[in-house]
This record gives sequence, C-alpha cells and structure tokens, in this order.
Amino acid sequence: MTALIRAENLGKTFGATGGWFGGGSDQVRAVDGVTFDVDAGETLALVGESGCGKSTLGRLLLRLIDPTDGTIRFEGQDVTRLSSAEMRMMRQRMQIIFQDPFGSLSPRRTIGQIIGEPLEIFGLTRGRRARRDRVAELLQQVGLPPAYMDRLPRQFSGGQRQRVGIARAIAVNPAFIVADEPVSALDVSIQAQIINLMQDLQRDAGFSYLFIAHDLAVVRHIADRVAVMYLGRIVEVGPKRLIYDAPQHPYTQALLSAAPEPEVDTVSRRIILKGDVPSPSNIPPGCSFHTRCPIAQEVCRRDRPPLAQVAPGQLAACHFARPNPIPTGNAA
Amino acid sequence: MTPDLLRLTDVTIEFGSPKKPIRVVEGVSFSIGRGESVGLVGESGSGKSVTSLAIMRLIGGRVVQGRIEFEGRNLLDLPASALPEIRGRDIAMIFQEPMSSLNPLMTVGDQIGEALLLHGWRDRTKRRERTIEMLRLVGIPNAEGRLGAYPHQFSGGMRQRVMIAMAVACEPKLLIADEPTTALDVTIQAQVLDLMKTVRRELGMAILLISHDLGVIADVCERVVVMYAGRVVEEADIRTILTRPQHPYTRGLLRSVPRRGHEAERLYQIPGSVPPAGSIRQGCPFRDRCELAVSRCAEEMPPMFRFGPSQSAACWVTAAAEGVTQAGAAA
Ligand SMILES: Nc1ncnc2c1ncn2[C@@H]1O[C@H](COP(=O)(O)OP(=O)(O)OP(=O)(O)O)[C@@H](O)[C@H]1O
Ligand SMILES: Nc1ncnc2c1ncn2[C@@H]1O[C@H](COP(=O)(O)OP(=O)(O)OP(=O)(O)O)[C@@H](O)[C@H]1O
Ligand code: SF4
Ligand code: SF4
Ligand SMILES: [Mg+2]
Ligand SMILES: [Mg+2]
Repeated sequence: MTALIRAENLGKTFGATGGWFGGGSDQVRAVDGVTFDVDAGETLALVGESGCGKSTLGRLLLRLIDPTDGTIRFEGQDVTRLSSAEMRMMRQRMQIIFQDPFGSLSPRRTIGQIIGEPLEIFGLTRGRRARRDRVAELLQQVGLPPAYMDRLPRQFSGGQRQRVGIARAIAVNPAFIVADEPVSALDVSIQAQIINLMQDLQRDAGFSYLFIAHDLAVVRHIADRVAVMYLGRIVEVGPKRLIYDAPQHPYTQALLSAAPEPEVDTVSRRIILKGDVPSPSNIPPGCSFHTRCPIAQEVCRRDRPPLAQVAPGQLAACHFARPNPIPTGNAA
Repeated sequence: MTPDLLRLTDVTIEFGSPKKPIRVVEGVSFSIGRGESVGLVGESGSGKSVTSLAIMRLIGGRVVQGRIEFEGRNLLDLPASALPEIRGRDIAMIFQEPMSSLNPLMTVGDQIGEALLLHGWRDRTKRRERTIEMLRLVGIPNAEGRLGAYPHQFSGGMRQRVMIAMAVACEPKLLIADEPTTALDVTIQAQVLDLMKTVRRELGMAILLISHDLGVIADVCERVVVMYAGRVVEEADIRTILTRPQHPYTRGLLRSVPRRGHEAERLYQIPGSVPPAGSIRQGCPFRDRCELAVSRCAEEMPPMFRFGPSQSAACWVTAAAEGVTQAGAAA
C-alpha cells in the first residue's frame, strides 16, 4: 500500500537567507531531516514540547511554507515541485484546522462567507443559492443550526468557532487534514464534543488527520499512530499501543510519565527531567536530548542516533533504546 | 481537624454598574486548613480567578456580600493600609503568566530581595543568602551567578520557578496559585508541580491551586472545590471526587476526560455550553445541560447537601437518590 502522504528528509531553517540582520547566527532549524508516512484514513498524532517544530511540520506538508530541503509526496506526486497554480488545486485535497480558526479571519465576515469561500475558490457550487444550501448542510454536519449562517464570528463561543473551522475544512472534501491543536483552547466538556465530531466526520468521509496536540490523554484517545518530536526531529514513532505501553526513547518515557491524569492511586513514578528545553537556534550536537536525558553517555554527546526500528512499526532514535523500565500508568 | 486558615462564607461578587450589576460569583463558601492543599476546578469563566483575587483584595469588582476570614480576621474589613503586610507575608499569589508579577527591568536577585525587605529582612547579607537559598530551592542552577540576571534571560519554566521563589521567600501561610502551569510543557509542568509539593512540605504552607485540569489538581491537592457558573457545586477530598462524585457536572467533567483503556469508546460529552456569567438568576445553574434535571431544578437553587463527612454537593436529584436531606457544607 502506498502512503497518502510521505515526507522524506524534510527540513526547514528559518532565517536561512541571512534575513534583515545579515548574519546566519539567528538561524532556527525548526524541522530537521524528518521522514514519515500518513496512510489513507488514519490519524497520526504529533506530540512534543512547545517550539519543537510541530506547526512548522504541519505547514510544510500543506506547503503553506516551503521546505529548505527534502520532499513531500502526496498520493505519489512530489508536491515540492508543483507550480503555484498546480499547488492551489492540490490544496483542495489538503486542509488545516487551527487552534483558533478565527485568529486569521476578518471579524466582519459572516460564518456563511467564511465557510463558503473555499466552495467558491474551487468552484464546487454554482451560484449563491447552491452555495448557501451547501453551507447550511455543512453547518448541520458540524452540529450548528443553519440559521447561524448570517452571524459574525464574535457571536460564537470557542467550541462553536471550532465547529465553524471544521466545517470550512471539510467543505472541499479533503483527503488530508492537518489539525493544529484543535482542542487545546477548549474547556474539557467542549473538548469532548469536538473530538467526537472530528472522529464521526473521519469515519464518514475517510480522510486522514495529522493531529497536533500536547495533551497526551487526548492523543491516546484519537490517534492510530503517534510521532514524538524533540527539537525539530522525530525521536520516536509507532502504533499508539506500542508508544504508550512500551515507549523506547527516554524522552517519550519522560513525556508520558509527566502527564497528570485524574485517577486515584496512579503509580506516581514520574521521571522528572532536569533542566530546560534547549533553544532551537542552538541545538546540542550528537543526540539533541543528551542535555536532559537521564541515561546519557559519552557517545550521545558525539554521535547522533538514527531513527531505527525497535519493534514492528516502531522506530526510535536512541543509542540505548529499550522498552520502558518504568510503568507509565496505574494498571499494567 | 485542623483549624481553618482561610474561610470564605457566602461570598458574592458583582461587576458592572451598581444599577446593572453582573453577578459573577454567588454565595461561595469553602475553607482551607493550615498546611492543607485545596484545588479549585471549573470551566473557563466559572469565577475561579475572581474568587482568588478577592481573597487578595486585588479585585476590580465589588464583594457585595459575605466574609473572607484569614486566621479569624475578616480581610474585607481591613483598611487598605493593612493589605501590603498581608500580601506576601501571609498570603502570596502566583499567576499563569510569570511576567505579570516579575518586573522586566529589575534583576531577579533585586526583586526577591525587595520582597524580603518589605517584610522585615533588614540585613543585606541575610537577604542575599536567603535569595540564593530560595533560588536553589526552586532548582535554578548556579543560583548565585544568576542573581544579576533579568527575567527575560530565563525560559518560561524557569521564570515560573523564579516567581515561586519570590512568592514563598517570606514563608507565607497560604500560596494561591492561579493556573501556574497551564502555559508550560508537560515535562516542565511536572517539574513545577513537583516543586510546589516540595516547597509546601518544607515550609508547611497551605496551597489553593486553581486549575481547569483535574489531573493537575489530583497530583497536588488533598481536597477539591468544584465551581460552575460562579457557584460552588461540589466539594470533597480528592479520592471521593474521583471515585464517587455526586454533582452531575462533576460526573460529566470526569467522564469527558479521555481515559486509559477506554480509547475505543466514544467520549462522553456534556451537551451545550457554559451559560454566560450572571445569566442564571433562578434555579440550578446546570439545569440546561443536566441529564437528571427535574422541574424543581428550574425553580429553586439547590443548597449544598452533605453526602458524607468530607463531601457536599448542590443537587436536588442526587441528594434525594442518596437519601441525603441535611443541607450545609462539609466541615
Ligand atoms: N516564521 C518563522 N520565522 C522564524 N522562526 C520561526 C518561524 N516559525 C516558527 N519559528 C521557530 O521555529 C521553531 C518551531 O516552531 P513551531 O511553531 O513549529 O513549534 P511548535 O512545535 O508548533 O510549538 P507550539 O507547541 O508552541 O505551537 C520555534 O523555535 C519557532 O520560534
Ligand atoms: N473586570 C471584569 N469585568 C467584568 N466581568 C469580569 C471581569 N473580570 C471577570 N469577569 C467575569 O467574571 C466571570 C468569572 O471570571 P474568572 O476570570 O473568575 O473565570 P475563571 O474561572 O478564572 O476562568 P478561566 O479558567 O478562563 O481563567 C467571567 O464571566 C468573566 O467574564
Ligand atoms: S541517544 Fe543517549 S542522550 Fe539520546 S536519548 Fe538515547 S541515551 Fe539519551
Ligand atoms: S439540581 Fe437538578 S439540574 Fe441541578 S445538577 Fe441536580 S439534577 Fe441537575
Ligand atoms: Mg504550534
Ligand atoms: Mg482564571
């Protein structure tokens, strides 16, 4: 089976051209040599600390920004080589949902105009009447009354705004959706509504998600596979069950053990990492995690570990990768 | 039972003009014992921050009713001149955004030193030693060398730790922490929560931890107060809240969190959304979203019923189901 989307050695350096201030010292290697697949209909979750490059990676896949190096194949086609006109048509197949879908939109446009825009751009409906009918249908699909079509963004709550963002994304029948922290800003009770909606829509339409999130409980619920990023690189990727039950990279192990859960008698054997996340403009040599890794050795400061298979479907980038010696949960 | 350090009784807070008041907190009562850690949980806009700011008398709104007693004294009766002494020495507060309490133009050493001076640390050398000791306590590497650093030279997690150092330098009896880790990454959050537990243990301080994350609260707190739409709807020790919640809102909140081992199931969702502050004038504030609601819920606000020695909840239906008739907050 070929992947729906495949990134190979993908990289992005910000400030690469020297920028306004001339020098190259402020370069940020936001994404570094990333290779992975997303299969049709699956949800790949992307987790990692703030600034590790998750949003940049999501934007690269949709070519909202251009990669510095590497390739992206979508349905077998190299999208890094498409002209901007070809890319525009390709966008119909790939959509994005943001944490706050209205952050980047005009507050003076109605919900109907916001959702109708992609329909118009891609010529999916003919005429105003048909467009309004389709918008009404989409609103219903995401659980909003069609009568809300003529309302303005400020009249909506956070959860309702996220529903509008989802309606806009699915309007063009995409095959792939990047969801960048879609529930991070929502209250727990509203978060559950949006997660259920996203899963229902995926089941009906069969598209794939790249689901960017920092809440590991949410990821465990929604993902098929999980990729863990640290300072621009994927340090571990694999099926959800293996990542949560047998993480092999020390960073994944620490991350999972640190997530607080509302449970009694959670074995409170947290791995508390020392120190802070290094700056992405000054990534440590060798294994970039060695400054915080509880089991780092001399070799880690020198040699960068490759992302290698550690179990069927599971890859980890660590010289000493081994199953988690510390249970991350209560019951095994 | 430890004697109360802080006790809120029937606290009601309004914003807006006195002619058109918006009531955002209504009849809130709870208490914190010496050295106890209490969590305040609830959705956005439920009144957690407004309540905690009222304790510090830092609020823009009006406390129109109720008492806030600290060691038996009603803070609301104190003259403004007595407040600086209470703040910092008796009660300290930390926020989600550390830069809201750190001065960007002052070195970290000077800021902690100034807080100490304000609370009677006259001796310069002792102040310096104490500052270094506090920075060490919160895990700032090379503490002595960092005294001259400015807040912007620290990462977000380190700033949060510096703020904790400043807040606890004068050994307050109560630390109020308003979403102290919400903006932090999980691994850094774990460091900060761990630090709060250590500081509490070593200094014997009480903590009021405000969070919308029950996982965070379960990690640090012994007791939990649940707020909904400006009211306390349930209160119990953490174990009871997690295993036998009695208010339908608390139950819904716990059920909508994705749980280990239940990935294949659809998430439970509480229908609807939180009512705007001050919009509910009659009956139970949760009634529009509640699966158990009966006609009485629309007419009368339920009082807090006592479900057990450490648990009370404001619900007509579950109280009747459990045969609970006694009203009144848990001790
Ligand atoms: N347009 C840009 N110009 C320069 N640097 C950038 C730009 N966009 C992102 N970066 C930097 O690239 C790194 C990765 O950023 P990115 O937004 O991808 O992180 P993230 O993992 O999504 O973080 P978060 O969880 O906070 O959203 C960061 O150091 C960021 O400062
Ligand atoms: N200065 C103000 N003027 C008017 N209303 C206010 C003011 N400050 C707060 N409120 C209102 O009081 C209510 C409670 O707000 P509060 O900040 O206490 O909520 P919270 O529980 O802390 O929420 P969050 O989790 O979002 O921090 C909200 O509806 C808010 O809009
Ligand atoms: S390679 Fe070394 S430093 Fe990196 S994660 Fe593995 S043990 Fe730790
Ligand atoms: S009092 Fe009625 S509406 Fe309120 S929580 Fe109980 S059953 Fe639900
Ligand atoms: Mg991001
Ligand atoms: Mg608040």
